[in-house]
Amino acid sequence: MQPAARFRSTHTSSNKKNPMFAFIVRRIAQAVMVMLVISVIGFAIKTAVGDPVRDLVGVAVSAEERARLSEELGLNDPLPVQWVRFLGGALQGDLGQSFFFKRPAMEVILRKAPATLELVLAASVIIVLVSIPVGIYAAVRPRAALSRLLMGGSVVGVSIPVFLTAIMLIYVFAIHLGWLPSYGRGETVRLTSWWETGLLTKDGLLHLVLPAISLSSVMLPLFIRLIRAEMKEVLEAEYMKYARAKGLRPWRILLVHGFKNTLLPVITVGGVQLGTMIAFTVLTETVFQWQGMGFIFLEAVERADTSLLVAYLVFVGFMFVVVNTAVDIIYGLVNPMVRITGRK
Amino acid sequence: MALLARLRESYLLHSFLRDPVAVGSFIVVVLLVTAGFLAPVLAPMNPYDPAQIDVMDSELAPAWIDQDSSFLLGTDSQGRDILSTILYGTRVSVLIGLGAVALQAALGIGIGLISGYAGGRVDAVLMRVADVQLSFSTYMVAIFLGAIFQATFGVGRYEQIAVPFLIAVIGLAEWPQYARTVRASVLAEKKKEYVEAARVIGLPSGRIMWRHILPNTMTPVMVISTVQVANAIMSEAALSFIGLGMPVTKPSLGSLIKSGFEYIFSGAWWITLFPGVVLVLLILTINLLGDWMRDFLNPKLYKS
Repeated sequence: MQPAARFRSTHTSSNKKNPMFAFIVRRIAQAVMVMLVISVIGFAIKTAVGDPVRDLVGVAVSAEERARLSEELGLNDPLPVQWVRFLGGALQGDLGQSFFFKRPAMEVILRKAPATLELVLAASVIIVLVSIPVGIYAAVRPRAALSRLLMGGSVVGVSIPVFLTAIMLIYVFAIHLGWLPSYGRGETVRLTSWWETGLLTKDGLLHLVLPAISLSSVMLPLFIRLIRAEMKEVLEAEYMKYARAKGLRPWRILLVHGFKNTLLPVITVGGVQLGTMIAFTVLTETVFQWQGMGFIFLEAVERADTSLLVAYLVFVGFMFVVVNTAVDIIYGLVNPMVRITGRK
Repeated sequence: MALLARLRESYLLHSFLRDPVAVGSFIVVVLLVTAGFLAPVLAPMNPYDPAQIDVMDSELAPAWIDQDSSFLLGTDSQGRDILSTILYGTRVSVLIGLGAVALQAALGIGIGLISGYAGGRVDAVLMRVADVQLSFSTYMVAIFLGAIFQATFGVGRYEQIAVPFLIAVIGLAEWPQYARTVRASVLAEKKKEYVEAARVIGLPSGRIMWRHILPNTMTPVMVISTVQVANAIMSEAALSFIGLGMPVTKPSLGSLIKSGFEYIFSGAWWITLFPGVVLVLLILTINLLGDWMRDFLNPKLYKS
């Protein structure tokens, strides 16, 4: 390489680092903004609906005692002051006391989080194991009867609500055939003080099968279609023809040369959909009485347990923001187009 | 008459009639929607009139299984005829679906137009809000809004305002879809000469937006509208199923499934299955119509 050219290339590469850094900073600033907005919403729910005095001492306390307590808790301060206090508490994981459980709301949520995350994990495994082979097959043989059937099935699949899938599975496999349990998490093993896992016992795994299949059914059609579309595009590429001309083995061409190049969009969509799956766990957990965050959240709504409701909002909001920010930053690192269009 | 003649010769009708899936879906949608709206006329009984229900009829199997049953699709736990509750429920579901999409469209088109036309800081702020809301998944937003509304109003008062409330929740949760689509086409249209011509004449920007740009952004809006109706019906069913939607006293298809689910363990599968089938049929056919419309209105997409 000519010295001048090398100089120019180092120069441009150092220039390119700055927009990336700016992109990351901007993206994180946006994430912080979103969390602040979530905290305002959470605070608004708490002040408008909740009653911290009741959360602490219940209803059978005299009016004077209540007035004294609310003065002590600072409930008569101006709202911005209270919001800052709420924010300070939230940063330390303190979102108030759950009225029903008589324990810190965040602790209740954190204890239920593993159940939900295990469900999401199991569903993700199913999605990966099913959508990749099916998507590749449907792309390679678009005219085969089986791919048409699978693609037609995916249209029907998106039109079936997840709770209906779950109910049908329960009816067939739990009630009619009696093969699998229909509700609860089964036997669990305590790993740490807050993490009880159902993944290590046979009973726990059996209980996981139906909920995980139901949850994965929401995302499967999307991923099959996505992988098929991306794979079809890749199959047309010149380097695939070249690989074939070189006489490489067909499966090697498909997996190493073809599928690898569909991974970027698939992973990006996957990251974002991970957040959506959390939303669908609310439905799945209701049907299967799965003792996770979503289940506890709906109970909190029914009992008007405001602190717990707000804790769920903040926790899930935080997870969404972290996942989305991470996906965006990774995508920005890999694909320079995003940095440029994002700048405007 | 002239309009009808134009329609008869149009490519739209020709292409529509050539596609058996589209025609079939259209027929099913029309049948379901009319059946729903004619529920008071068609239904064998009014399931919400206590005088017409008899608790002794509760949990009867469909007529072809149980010879004693005079109810075509069986009855639920309160002795209400399933066929009738489905007809009434379809009406509620379709009503909320259409209402929510109307609200989404109104909000989204308005915001998209302003965002695309004004550009600059307004555009940046509005689109950031849309991005953030979309990143939260519309279901999650709808569930949160539903939970907050219900906690604020209390279950008692909530039952009376359930329909407008659900329309508001689903409308607020899904407007970014419209806003993004409209904004994208406004950005493309804005640069065209007719807009410049309108500006040169000195028309106010409000008029240019509404009368000149808006009509030219309608194609993509129509494409997403169909699918959005299906989505809205599905969201409503999901909200009702988890108890944040229509109350059991005035059920939609989703709350019918919810109330039937409690009886599935005792073997009364028909209370859940039939509303479920109608719900899936409704969503599926609307989605298939939406697919056809997208392929028709967007010739760039090659249908494989």
